[in-house]
Amino acid sequence: MSIEWYIVLSSLLFATGAIGILIRRSPVVILLCLELMLNAGNLALIAFSRMVGNQEGQVFALIVMVVAACEVVVGLGLIVAIFRRKLPLDVDELTELRG
Amino acid sequence: MEEVLFFAAAIGALGGAIGVVAMRNPFYSVLALIVHLFSLAVLFLLLSSAFLAAAQVVVYAGAVMVLYVFVVAYVGGDHESAWEPIPGQRFLAPLLGIALFVELAIAVLGSSLLALGTDGPDVGPGFGDPAAIGYLLLERFLVAFEASSILLLLAAVGAVVLASRRAPGGPA
Repeated sequence: MSIEWYIVLSSLLFATGAIGILIRRSPVVILLCLELMLNAGNLALIAFSRMVGNQEGQVFALIVMVVAACEVVVGLGLIVAIFRRKLPLDVDELTELRG
Repeated sequence: MEEVLFFAAAIGALGGAIGVVAMRNPFYSVLALIVHLFSLAVLFLLLSSAFLAAAQVVVYAGAVMVLYVFVVAYVGGDHESAWEPIPGQRFLAPLLGIALFVELAIAVLGSSLLALGTDGPDVGPGFGDPAAIGYLLLERFLVAFEASSILLLLAAVGAVVLASRRAPGGPA
C-alpha cells in the first residue's frame, strides 16, 4: 500500500475526532475524541517514518503515547473531582472559570 | 494480502472512530475506541513498526482503556442534555469537520513529496523492533525519554491529588 493511503486515513480519523469534540458535551467523550485525534497524529508520524525509512518518527509516536497517557490520567482525575463535587458533567454548564 | 489487511483495519479504525462520536452511552464509546485502537495496531504492523503496535495494544487498549472503563462506571452513563447553546451545532460541526478533512486531503495530495506515492524504501527485518527503538531512545533521544518519565510521575501525582479531594462538607 502506498503511504498516501495511510496519510489520508489519518486525516479522516483526525476530522472524525474533531467533529466529536465539536458536537459532544460530556467531558469523558471529549477526552475519548482527543484520543482519536492523537492516534491519528501517531498514524501519520509512523507512516512518514516508514516513508523516509528511519525509525525516529516511531520514537516520536512513542513519546506522543506517553503524553496522551498523562493527559488521560489528569483529565480523568478532573472528571472524578467534578463528579465528587456534584457538579454537572457537561462542558457547557461548567462555566465557573469563564471571564 | 496487504491490501486486504489494510482495508479491513482501515474500516475497523474508521468504524471505531465513528462509534466513539455517535454512541449515546459513554460506555459504548469506550468499547468503540478499543476496536479503533486494535485496528490501529494492525496498521502499525503493516507499517513495520512492531514495537509500537505492541505498545499500542498493551498501553492503550490495555491500561488506558481500563482506566476509562472504571471512570465511566463510576460517574455513570448519559449526562448529556438535548439543549444546544449554539443553534444548529449538530449540523454545523460535521460540516466543519468535513471541511477540515477536505483541506487536509488537498494538502496531502497536492504535496510535492514524491515518496508519498510509493511503498517506502525496503527496510530490513529489524526495522521498528524493540531493540532498535530502545537503542534510539537511550542514545539519541535520552533527554526526551527522561523528560517523559518526569511527566508521567507528575501526572500520577496530579491525578492522586485531584481525585482524592473530597467535596466540601461531604463525608471525609
